[in-house]
Amino acid sequence: MTLLSLQGLTKAYPGVVANDNVSFEIGRGEIHALLGENGAGKSTLVKTIYGLVNPDAGSMLLEGAAFAPPEPRAARKAGVAMVFQHFSLFDALNVAENIALGMENPPPLQDVAEQVREVSDQYGLPLDPSRVVGDLSAGERQRVEIIRCLLQDPKLLIMDEPTSVLTPQEVTILFETLRKLASEGTSILYISHKLEEIRALCDHATVLRMGHVVGECDPSQTSAREMAELMVGAVLQVPEKPDKPAGNVALTLTGLSAPAPHEFGTALRDISLTVRRGEVLGVGGVAGNGQDELVAALSGEMRVSSGMVRMGDDDIGHMPPNARRALGLCAAPEERNGHAAAPDMTLIENALLTGNVRKELSSRGFLKWDRARDFAAEIIEKFDVRTPSAGSTARSLSGGNLQKFVIGREILQDPDVLIINQPTWGVDASAAASIRQAILDLAVAGAAVILISQDLDELMEIADQFSALNEGRMSDPRPAKGLTIDEIGLMLGGSHDMEVSHVDA
Amino acid sequence: MITLEKRAGPSKAWALATPLVAVALTMIVGGILFAALGKNPFETIRTIFLDPLFSEFAWFYRPQLLIKGAPLVLIAIGLSFGFRAGVWNIGAEGQYIMGAICGAAVGLAFHPMESRLIFPLMVLAGAFGGWAWAMIPGVLRVKFGTNEILVSLMLVYVAEQLLASMALGAMRNPEGMGFPGSRNLAQYPSAANLELIKDSGMHWGVVAALIAVIFAYVTLSRHIFGFQVRLAGQSPRAANFAGVNPAGMILICLGISGALAGLAGLFEVAGPAGQISIDFNVGYGFTAIIVAFLGRLHPIGILLAGGLMALTYIGGEIAQSNLGLPGAAIQLLQGMLLFFLLAVDMLTNYRIKFGKGGTV
Repeated sequence: MTLLSLQGLTKAYPGVVANDNVSFEIGRGEIHALLGENGAGKSTLVKTIYGLVNPDAGSMLLEGAAFAPPEPRAARKAGVAMVFQHFSLFDALNVAENIALGMENPPPLQDVAEQVREVSDQYGLPLDPSRVVGDLSAGERQRVEIIRCLLQDPKLLIMDEPTSVLTPQEVTILFETLRKLASEGTSILYISHKLEEIRALCDHATVLRMGHVVGECDPSQTSAREMAELMVGAVLQVPEKPDKPAGNVALTLTGLSAPAPHEFGTALRDISLTVRRGEVLGVGGVAGNGQDELVAALSGEMRVSSGMVRMGDDDIGHMPPNARRALGLCAAPEERNGHAAAPDMTLIENALLTGNVRKELSSRGFLKWDRARDFAAEIIEKFDVRTPSAGSTARSLSGGNLQKFVIGREILQDPDVLIINQPTWGVDASAAASIRQAILDLAVAGAAVILISQDLDELMEIADQFSALNEGRMSDPRPAKGLTIDEIGLMLGGSHDMEVSHVDA
Repeated sequence: MITLEKRAGPSKAWALATPLVAVALTMIVGGILFAALGKNPFETIRTIFLDPLFSEFAWFYRPQLLIKGAPLVLIAIGLSFGFRAGVWNIGAEGQYIMGAICGAAVGLAFHPMESRLIFPLMVLAGAFGGWAWAMIPGVLRVKFGTNEILVSLMLVYVAEQLLASMALGAMRNPEGMGFPGSRNLAQYPSAANLELIKDSGMHWGVVAALIAVIFAYVTLSRHIFGFQVRLAGQSPRAANFAGVNPAGMILICLGISGALAGLAGLFEVAGPAGQISIDFNVGYGFTAIIVAFLGRLHPIGILLAGGLMALTYIGGEIAQSNLGLPGAAIQLLQGMLLFFLLAVDMLTNYRIKFGKGGTV
């Protein structure tokens, strides 16, 4: 039986048709996957269903009746709920208060808390309504968002990349919840780029490419590789990792500790490790466990005490970013817009942003714009950045293209040590594969790489050593080869969960 | 339904057209305002915008254009660095006053000695006075996180009080029969900032303003510091990542704008004004904020905007004396200019879309 039927939905933005005549149906109680590369039109489509975007053409039927929500409130009223990839919660308020804030006519807080307890018991989502959101893990915050949706008793629950912030154990809990919901008749529209998850969870998948529906399949009967190739419309290259012996120690951290840079940041606690030339150290961990702080301490944005960070024989803990670059340490932070790149500046200016020192783009402070232009053009060519010209602004690029530019900018500076945070976050499958290949090539050429990622598949694919960040502490690195998913899960969040249960007891 | 849609990149055409459209809108709405005040709108607009340049008495007004325009441009160039970097110095008026006081103090201290070194020393003292006054909000912001907008603005009123005290006390002319105000520096050859070419209005302040425009142009387009200024304003986190020291950027930007405002004050007190007096300052420091934005924080734009703003000052005075237009109407006109500029500016980054009405 059909719950929601989309018929010929079309939405155009200046210069791009985000959705072109998209039609498919979601059955009642069905877990329906929506697959596609970045920019394929998934977000626009779900925003249309949720009333955030008004389509140029086409129509929707919800339970057989015309459905065209002018705003999210109308969509919620009709029974459509959505959990966004980025949470909209207030750190300083507790769970019940956050949930009451999102309600039309909130009952007294006491009743809200009671409802939260009920729903969290019913669906196996442990959550204490009186806890302050700022203290919750990403997985727990997601539970707040899910419970907020479930309190509306939705007919259709839309989930946008829900597992990107979860540990494997939390993913298991989430999947059980979703299956239970589906068995009770709630339909779920599940957006993800993690194909194995979709194979494990979903009943049906619709694949989008460049705004068109290019295929449908039963994920349990289709291989991940087939689905990926359907998404990108090409044959995928899997990164190759040649065996090579590790070289000398390139980077040494000794008891690296630093206070949290802001109220909801994470303090780094006593991190010690070494990375050798030619080696990729993969750092796993759920977001918010000190990844940003670790990158800042290594890139030089955050200074630490002397002796804590060494490159070869050089003590660099007190050095600012450009002095570290001069010694051969480059970094690519997670946030592309506004951190790794300046959105309103051109790609030429963004090439200059970190390339000035190593690529000698200025002399005595005077800029050599022609060299900067050449450098930008080199990045664009070698990393296949799709852009009209090097003079385009960074924000005019899609997320994946800007990511390729940022990674390319650091790799082409030929660093001895490269720190990368989430290199393929929000990047489509083919671009992700080429970014991973470039990282491996750099390591083969003799650089030491620290790759911080929440994508375990990515870490297992290219890391030699694996370590996990948890509340600012780093586990001892272990060889990535042969680690089981359970062992990784324990390294990532196991001990953390135990600590919490001690406190509660 | 009218909606705004963000452009993929800033529109070059609109960036250039914005100031022109803003001036045109100001003339139209200003004309309506003047008509409401019972004046002939066309005559009034002509008096304000054209008479200073092309009327029978233009020979008298044209030099005035340089005299009024130079301090505006000099101060606005300094402010543009900070505004680009997200450092909001609203207190240029106070730094202008302090530059005048410090510069005049050096000149008066040497009176009546004659030496070629006195004027250069006064220039240095003027720049120092403005710089030091701007360092107060700068250091407070860097050390204690205070808001530089409030502190720099409040210090304007402190400087005004200091100015009054100087004019009535420490710097009062001993031969001035007890009237407030210092000796007239314009009549003290070693300290005077006289016209370099007779009746041209061209004095050292005009030269300094032109040098500042060229310096700013080269710095912003060709030097790493200019790049860092723009980066710090657009994306503070990216600037930090690129190795820009945020505290240093705040101090340098406040320092540049303070020093240039101080210079403007010194050139004014040693030339066109001639003396430290209670009503020495006439709001150049505030008007320069409008000039900086009207010129799109671009050095050449500021040069043109400074000229335009000087025009409205002089034209406004003509309109006041010839047509009996109230002074407040001129200030309203100048305010309108900034208002329309900011409003039209939106079109640089957004396009207006006339869509169909909301569905359902």
